[in-house]
Amino acid sequence: MLLQQIINGLMLGAIYMLVAVAFTLAIGVLNFLNFSIPGLFMIGGMLSFGLMKMGWPWVFAFAGALFAAGVVSLLVERFSYRRMQGGDPEVPLVSSLGFLVLLENLMLIRYGSDMQSFPALMADMNLRIGGLVIGLAQLVSLVLSLLLVFWLSWYLSATNAGRRVRTVAESPETARLMGIDISRLVPQLFVASALLAALGGILFAVNYQQVSPFMGEGVGFKGVAAMIVGGMGSIWGAVLGGLLIGLAEVLSISFIGADVVNITVYGLLLLILIVRPQGLMGRPASREKL
Amino acid sequence: MSGYLTGVLVVLAFNIIAAYAVYLPLAAGQLNLGIAGFMAIGAYAAAFLTNEYGWSMWAAIPLAAIAAGLVGLVIAIPVLRTHGIYLAMATFALGQVISAVFLNLEVVGGAAGYPVTDYAGPYAVFAAALGVVVLMVALAQTRFALYLTAVKSDPTVADLLGVSVRGMQLAAFALGAAVAGFGGAFYAHHYNFIEAQHFNVLLSVFTVLYVLFGGTQTVWGPLVGAAFFTLVPELLRASDQWRYALFAVFIIAFMAIRPQGLVTTALLRPFRRRTTPEASA
Repeated sequence: MLLQQIINGLMLGAIYMLVAVAFTLAIGVLNFLNFSIPGLFMIGGMLSFGLMKMGWPWVFAFAGALFAAGVVSLLVERFSYRRMQGGDPEVPLVSSLGFLVLLENLMLIRYGSDMQSFPALMADMNLRIGGLVIGLAQLVSLVLSLLLVFWLSWYLSATNAGRRVRTVAESPETARLMGIDISRLVPQLFVASALLAALGGILFAVNYQQVSPFMGEGVGFKGVAAMIVGGMGSIWGAVLGGLLIGLAEVLSISFIGADVVNITVYGLLLLILIVRPQGLMGRPASREKL
Repeated sequence: MSGYLTGVLVVLAFNIIAAYAVYLPLAAGQLNLGIAGFMAIGAYAAAFLTNEYGWSMWAAIPLAAIAAGLVGLVIAIPVLRTHGIYLAMATFALGQVISAVFLNLEVVGGAAGYPVTDYAGPYAVFAAALGVVVLMVALAQTRFALYLTAVKSDPTVADLLGVSVRGMQLAAFALGAAVAGFGGAFYAHHYNFIEAQHFNVLLSVFTVLYVLFGGTQTVWGPLVGAAFFTLVPELLRASDQWRYALFAVFIIAFMAIRPQGLVTTALLRPFRRRTTPEASA
């Protein structure tokens, strides 16, 4: 029973992990708390659903949803991030939140506010090992998420492009002096972050077989929590935080009750922030963020 | 006044109170994303006093506001160790924890919600909002507001000039929490029913949206922002389901064009100039 719950927690945690990595890319490199990420997560799930309903095969539906999320993220970059210079540092937060409201309401107009059931991709998706039930889709998404994060981490530490990203994260001014084309790099980061969030949304839809225009909110906020618990700007921190939050959520639902989820999850976040504000794996903040 | 208009104006009054609860700490440079939690404390405290102890709501509401302020003060001491985005996230987590605690508190109805017996009419709510606005405008004329601006603009310099940075931050945070609790207490007694789910993170985040939209440079910003956010979606009601989408597009466009918010110091300058020559003459 406990082992089963731990497995379920890790599966849920894998999705939080993707969202947390999406947030941490935007925070760590661009210093931007991008509130449109829950919306991009939702786009991933909802558009896949919509396109599949129109008769597209799932591969194309997923690709279409990822593409749409990337395009929306470029719009966010253009209208929220690029304008952040000059005003209050909180402003891009507000305007990216505007994108979240916009995306949710566009989906609401198209598909209604009800929870829609997402078609199962395979007839029987469960593996049974001993007494344990492991969803095949969940296993695939856990493996896929971990592979993606491993790849991203390798990419950032070992390639030239990754080195450029880390330079910008360290100091945008120095990066500019070193000849890094920030105006090209930033949109690429936005697309990468959007793809991670939208992939999280697709995996969520496949695993739990339901989508709604507001599916991004709860998961998105837990993704923020996961990012902070692990340490802002640290990819492995986001992984650890995502898995921890997923575990905390599933274990408290099954052993205490569904209503205490927010106490344990956000209590954990609050405790971390007070005891160790830089998060479990983050470096102490050398500069003000936001 | 028609029932519809009264209903809209009551919502406006509550939004104004909430906006000033966010504005106070923001004036000292602290983004409080957990304001709904303090509203919940005020709402539940006042409702508990009138329901269970038979207090008059006129005694219960101020006491609930003070209680929310005190909780804010106690919580601010550890939470204000964090800065910037960490502080915003800490308050965000705090708001979630507070409303989740009320969700599990069976003595106030838990998830089923908590009915409130005493009723505060619309005019009482209007008066409360007016009171908060007058208090804030008065506060903006004092040195306290100047200190807050100093702390926001440059804590190091403010500290060097003898402003107690930590004291100011604590005061702004606790006062904001008290204002939120005050609004929450009136909310409970106007709608006669409260549930923990109402005081969620979106309520906090949208309140921050009003304030930043209105602009944080002057004391009038939150008022204008709250009025705009309450009234414009009502006016767009004709386009029905598209109204929130249109509204979101408007927010994005507005923030791109005017990131400093609607009301700024520069915008208010013409009004000042008109009064200064008379004063000097």
